[in-house]
Amino acid sequence: MDQIFVNLKDWLVALFPAGRQQELVSALISVAALIGTFAGLFALTTVLERKGLGRIQNRYGPNRVGPYGILQPMADGLKALTKEDVVPRSADQVVHFLAPLVLVAPVFLALAVVPMGRNMAAVDFDAGILFFFAVGAATELSVFMAGWSSRNKYSLLGAMRAIAQMISYEVPLILSSLAVIMIAGSLSAVTIVEKQAGYSGLIPHWFVLTPWGFAGFILFMIAAAAESNRSPFDLPEGESEIIAGYYIEYSGFKFALFFLGEYIGLFAASGLAITLFLGGWNAPFPFLTWIPSYVWFFGKLLALIAVFIWVRGTLPRLRMDQLMNFAWKFMLPMALINLLTAGVWHFTPPGLARWIICALLVFGPYVALGRTLFESKKLAKRTYSYAE
Amino acid sequence: MLGEGIIKGMGETARNFFGSYVKEDRLTTVQYPEERLPQKEAARNFPFLVYDGKDWDKGLRCVACQICEKECPPQCIYIVKDATKKPDHIGKMQFQAKVFDIDISVCMSCQICVEVCPFEAIKMDVEYELSTGDRFGQLLLHKDQLAKSNDYYRKIHPTEAAEVDARMGAEKAKAEAKAKPAAATSATPSKP
Repeated sequence: MDQIFVNLKDWLVALFPAGRQQELVSALISVAALIGTFAGLFALTTVLERKGLGRIQNRYGPNRVGPYGILQPMADGLKALTKEDVVPRSADQVVHFLAPLVLVAPVFLALAVVPMGRNMAAVDFDAGILFFFAVGAATELSVFMAGWSSRNKYSLLGAMRAIAQMISYEVPLILSSLAVIMIAGSLSAVTIVEKQAGYSGLIPHWFVLTPWGFAGFILFMIAAAAESNRSPFDLPEGESEIIAGYYIEYSGFKFALFFLGEYIGLFAASGLAITLFLGGWNAPFPFLTWIPSYVWFFGKLLALIAVFIWVRGTLPRLRMDQLMNFAWKFMLPMALINLLTAGVWHFTPPGLARWIICALLVFGPYVALGRTLFESKKLAKRTYSYAE
Repeated sequence: MLGEGIIKGMGETARNFFGSYVKEDRLTTVQYPEERLPQKEAARNFPFLVYDGKDWDKGLRCVACQICEKECPPQCIYIVKDATKKPDHIGKMQFQAKVFDIDISVCMSCQICVEVCPFEAIKMDVEYELSTGDRFGQLLLHKDQLAKSNDYYRKIHPTEAAEVDARMGAEKAKAEAKAKPAAATSATPSKP
């Protein structure tokens, strides 16, 4: 059961003559499976997100199309396809057309290195994590292409915000995953997952259950939310300030592609968080290993997406200066301290003492940093000079 | 400590999320086509013509004085006078409208037509499901579409309608009281 998809693929590949042809077919099957699965997951997530946000705001959410509104994505897709595709006359036609494609292609590429089950990574690079971050950085290009080519001040403002945000948060994102790479001693996603297999008693060897891993996981999730422009870091598309940011001149299916790209980017980031910190496709308890590995991976993925939706329903959007302060004054120092803690963890002998030392090493600076940041803030009741 | 507020907020939203499944009264939205909120008495959107009695064409209060047509700021009312006359509620012979059209795609719901009408003939409606497939023909309402009974008016705006009814009743009583001696005086000379 665990290897059903792997065996299916092997059987399909074996139908073709050996050599280059088999390699090609194998790659094509992986790509098709990847795109199919994640496009389906995207459709599911949009409707679940809208329903979840609705419930958070004490509403029903979409409930008209199909039972409990579950067919809503189909209606959305049809609407996106039938809408007129407007391109501004003064827009740079080629770049305007290419921007959504440049967003969607790299995020799917990034998914290729994430292992989704035992033997279920589309490709197993030796430098998989490096590849992930390299193609992940290409989304910035597409965002700026979209913002620049639209020839609209709001879209350019949105694109500039996006660039500032994405570059700032790329640093803590990579630094927080560096701790895992240091401990695992490998850049391959598959090896990192294998390092987290095994249990001591009931407790799995996941990196999130170590002090540096926990801090790294939180930092990674915050940075991933910022990287994929999720609320509370959705400044580049802040509806109330710059209408829709860099999407403003996109309509119809190009907009849907942007939407898709953004969600696939979120899935890729969540997938990497699972790979790095949450033990990949490993079961949380030794007695649950009979459940197929891909079920665990997608279960964890849905759980992380639920957390992102929950955060989106809770937090208001940050201001630009708050965003930058948070990235450079809090996230970056914490990520560096976390890196140091991982080093300390590696060189101290295992035991309770190591655990306590590392926990203090992470928690102490967190409290200190939080306190100093708050003290310099001079929080007080706001007074208005003119309005009432 | 940093992040405390976030945890608190997340708790609050989680409580909302699960609470909305447990307690129905948390859900404040109305599922529109099936459920509707009761109409507010002060609600208004587009004007309609009031008629008394059963037959809308005979009972229409409008006397085609065209005040509303002249006062209408966006000029959405179009009236053509008829040559024949008919009695109004106090028995006086009055003109009537041959054509009375309101283009509700132009109307701005200002209620000025209602305020200037000396005959209580035009009032504001509360009907809001007016979408049609044809934005020119279907949104130009004719006399037969505009005519609505006084009972309907009483139902949608009870307080206002009661005032109007009282005023019109008083006018009618006054006219009858005036008509009686007049009838008596006009009757006496004809007797001999």
